[in-house]
Amino acid sequence: MNDPRELMYTKDHEWIYYDGEDAYVGISDFAQQELGDLVFVNLPEVDDEVIAGESFGDVESVKAVSDVLSPVTGIVLEVNEEILEDASLINQDAFSAWFIKVGNITETEDLLTAEEYDRIIEG
Amino acid sequence: MKLIFEKSIPGRGQDIFPICDVPICLPKAPHRNTKPRLPEISENEMGRHYTSLAKRAHGVNDGFYPLGSCTMKHNPKINEAMASLPGFVNIHPLQPPHTVVGANEIITELENFLCEITGMDAITFQPAAGAQGEFTGLLLIKAYLQDKGEFERNEILVPDSAHGTNPASATMAGFKSITIKSDAFGMVDLDDLKSHLGPKTAGLMLTNPNTVGLFDTHIMDITRLVHEAGGLCYYDGANLNAVMGIVRPADIGFDVIHMNLHKTFSTPHGGGGPGSGPCGCKSFLSPYLPGLTCKDGKTYTRAEKSIGNLTGFYGNFLVNIKAFTYILTLGSKGVPSVAKNAVLNANYMQEKLKDIYPVAFDTTCMHEFVISLQAIHNEKNISALDVAKALLDHGMHPPTMYFPLIVDEALMIEPTETESRETLDDAIEVFRDIYKMIIESPEIVAASPQTTPVLRLDEVKAAREPKLKYNFGE
Repeated sequence: MNDPRELMYTKDHEWIYYDGEDAYVGISDFAQQELGDLVFVNLPEVDDEVIAGESFGDVESVKAVSDVLSPVTGIVLEVNEEILEDASLINQDAFSAWFIKVGNITETEDLLTAEEYDRIIEG
Repeated sequence: MKLIFEKSIPGRGQDIFPICDVPICLPKAPHRNTKPRLPEISENEMGRHYTSLAKRAHGVNDGFYPLGSCTMKHNPKINEAMASLPGFVNIHPLQPPHTVVGANEIITELENFLCEITGMDAITFQPAAGAQGEFTGLLLIKAYLQDKGEFERNEILVPDSAHGTNPASATMAGFKSITIKSDAFGMVDLDDLKSHLGPKTAGLMLTNPNTVGLFDTHIMDITRLVHEAGGLCYYDGANLNAVMGIVRPADIGFDVIHMNLHKTFSTPHGGGGPGSGPCGCKSFLSPYLPGLTCKDGKTYTRAEKSIGNLTGFYGNFLVNIKAFTYILTLGSKGVPSVAKNAVLNANYMQEKLKDIYPVAFDTTCMHEFVISLQAIHNEKNISALDVAKALLDHGMHPPTMYFPLIVDEALMIEPTETESRETLDDAIEVFRDIYKMIIESPEIVAASPQTTPVLRLDEVKAAREPKLKYNFGE
């Protein structure tokens, strides 16, 4: 797998990267491979609230639309406008193509290390 | 092939409309300043253009069309003949009721038939499609709950095997859609259901048989649990073909239902529509029904607490005539025999294919079954999409692909009752031939189709860079 070791993951295939108190959220390389070529992304707006374990957006491939769940509860500080313009960036590099940056984090889902996540997707 | 705009020659045209001899006295505001840029083409050329397009497509009249969950059954020609009768075609909904007594009587009779089939007490024909039927049903639930003052009930539970329209309709109706997991047997996971039921539950939307083609064996427990929690049960009639005349949704605990007349009741589906998605309900919901009805042949009345109108007048009236004709043609013995034969045909195909194409849930199915190409994909790198494309080379419409979402590399096959044993045998042979090709020369399957008017289309490019209008070169 191409998912960086230093990130944390959810069992629903999102990654989270902490930048101080804030966090970037995206989907894993495994997730983008399973979904296939992505054609659209829906993201929340800046200042929207996201809730741990609940959907904050979705990704659409030619096969299906899938929810993207937030690993944390907090407020959206930034959204990645680039992936709204060109969803294929997620297929090219799922780690660089972050979805949202979240601040004011009050709650966090149970997260997995890269090794634990690998075991889940291999099992 | 050229687009109709590319065939357009300025000044060429048709003279079907006489020159307007009525003075135009509309106010300025709605006037166009420029003429609409319609293609200019003779009737002869236009006929050829559309015939040529039709030849490049594949419909039920061209060959086998086992599109799962869509019930692409044969549309009997007598339906069209009845719907073309001048007495139905040349009437207007604003005519005085005493001049359209027959038309209103048919609506009432069709309501009686569908009530008998579903066990419901009242039906509205306003919804023009299945999803609008869902939306109507949810608005009935909402109106009822709000009338009782239960404003906190804003959650609709939807199994993860449901059609995508279910959560969409729930959201459109102002509810929050909550996903319920399926268990290892493809049924609703009862523990997950219980954990989501509570004072916020407005209702459950369920397709039964579900989208993996299985009748939920816990159905009585499911509807009881939802009712005990204070919610209502919505029956998505998409798969009614499997049980009509045998199981009545009202008898297994459902309060509200929509039916797809364009699936189950043999009116054209897809481009041949329009659809009709009547919504039925138990008597306690009927005060909220939309639209007007004329039961006595004299006056139109609206339900006491009606939610309003979903469409104009009585929905797609002529489509309802076709469904009415279908039910009269079948009669009370014919209706259940449709369901039995639909189930028999699906099981026949499943049994003849499951040794090479693993079935998602290996048990007796209802009207459709789902195979998973996951193992083949892992071993030979041939996907459900590749197999679907290979079927095109054999003159068959592919089954539904990549649905339901709970099955990986899914193909969902619904033969319907109107296909003969010979057609099923041919299709089984095609599936087996393709499997042989996957094993021996997968590159051919991966490169299919080769015999269709266009080869494999770039779906990703089409979605990412859609061209939705003609470019006039400006």
